[in-house]
Amino acid sequence: MSAFLALVRRDLALSFRIGGGASFALVFFLMIVTLTPFAIGPDLNLLSRIAPAILWIGAVLATLIGLDRLFQADAEDGTLDVLKAGDLPLEGVVLAKCLAHWLTTGLPLAVAAPLFGLMLAMEPAAMLAAALSLLVGTPALTFIGAVGAGLTASIRRGGVLIAIMALPLMIPTLIFGVAACNAAMGGTVPFATPFAILCALTLAFAVIGTLGAAAGLRQID
Amino acid sequence: MSALGQHAAFILGSYGAAVLVIGGLTAWILADHRARKAELAALDARRAPESP
Amino acid sequence: MPSITALANPTRFMAYSAKLLPWLGGAAAILFAIGFYGAFFAAPADYQQGQTIRIMYVHVPAAWLGMFFYTLMTASAVGALVWRHPLAEVAQKAAAPIGAAFTLVCLLTGALWGRPMWGAYWVWDARLTSMLVLLLIYLAIMALWRTIDEPTQAGRVVSILTLVGFVNIPIIKFSVDWWNTLHQPASVFRMDGPTIHPSMLWPLLVCALAFSLFAIWLHLMAMRTEVMRRRIRTLTILAADRADRAPSALEGLAR
Repeated sequence: MSAFLALVRRDLALSFRIGGGASFALVFFLMIVTLTPFAIGPDLNLLSRIAPAILWIGAVLATLIGLDRLFQADAEDGTLDVLKAGDLPLEGVVLAKCLAHWLTTGLPLAVAAPLFGLMLAMEPAAMLAAALSLLVGTPALTFIGAVGAGLTASIRRGGVLIAIMALPLMIPTLIFGVAACNAAMGGTVPFATPFAILCALTLAFAVIGTLGAAAGLRQID
Repeated sequence: MSALGQHAAFILGSYGAAVLVIGGLTAWILADHRARKAELAALDARRAPESP
Repeated sequence: MPSITALANPTRFMAYSAKLLPWLGGAAAILFAIGFYGAFFAAPADYQQGQTIRIMYVHVPAAWLGMFFYTLMTASAVGALVWRHPLAEVAQKAAAPIGAAFTLVCLLTGALWGRPMWGAYWVWDARLTSMLVLLLIYLAIMALWRTIDEPTQAGRVVSILTLVGFVNIPIIKFSVDWWNTLHQPASVFRMDGPTIHPSMLWPLLVCALAFSLFAIWLHLMAMRTEVMRRRIRTLTILAADRADRAPSALEGLAR
């Protein structure tokens, strides 16, 4: 457990240092929220109706940031070989790195979502729902991305490839994340239904993503 | 083609699309097959004098 | 009859597939002739969809093959990861473009069927959308194949992606169905109407069989090419190796 926490702490420290990308995701998220009204016009009624969609698309794209370096940096400088030889199973290594990635991308997005919701004229209930759905949904996005990162850790310029591999698999999370927000804004289904499925997706992808990424990393000699 | 009714263009179009895609795939697979076969034959011919 | 383990040997595979290919091709050609005769002349027009029902005889087999080849890739992925068998990697690599092509045919014919029936080329119908996501996964797998140079490593890495995709397909299907029922306007025509009449069923089955045999023919052909590609790679590396050790051999190669 101490090895796990040490790895999380190390990855967090690295991402906050110069050259790390801790704040990139949040800035990118803000850019998307800013750009969308320019594309569709400043109609507040329309914006508040599609705000969950904008926030979730922003979250999906922002999650991709930093994924290409999730394992690649460690594979290049030999840290991965040390980690493989250590006591912590490779699945534990993946889990720790995913946690650190989520703490610097998914969590800030969820926390900032109400603030960005204000810019999109969201109702308070919808803002809360957006923040909650992002809080429980973004880990799923990180875990799906981790599979792509694990498979391309030895490939140079794997960034676009990760996006191509991960985005189709992110569709279910996107569907239920937006559905949960829409339910809170007064839909035909209660908020709890899509929200519970979103939680289930995160748990399922925690398993699939950890196993898949670890299996991918084992293929690197 | 009036036998196919008012939607003949869509019916023929869908068959045409299928022929185009599957035909393209077939042509690509056959061309690849022929190229690799030739390449392998060239390699074998070059190797033959060296190995008894 | 050779056992499956004997067939798994690449050399034996080349010998048996060479014998099998003309029979497969011939059977597919005959069945195509019978199937399309049935589809265009023997089968009646549908009382609801009119002549456009004839698109079904390409659309449904293509959809079926699009899904079949993903299943085949998944089985091969297990073979490649568990038994580390090179022929499983070859089968998996050869299947990806074929499955993608049939999925694309399914989408194109679906769009052309949708225009007269639904009034739009593309509707976000649950089945069409699921097939679109399947195509995206195929494209991702093909992109990954093209990125990694070393065939064995590529095979293992792609196998993992194929398996992850396979686990995801039911999740995606469920999500898209859920999303669709939430947004679907009620007036859209459903394809799963009453059970299909025998006069339409037999041409459909014959067409499906013809397409399947042809697809297997394509797959065997692509597998043979891939086996040759790997042999070329090995020979080239060996030749380079030898040239490395004996500089005089370099002249022989350069000639």
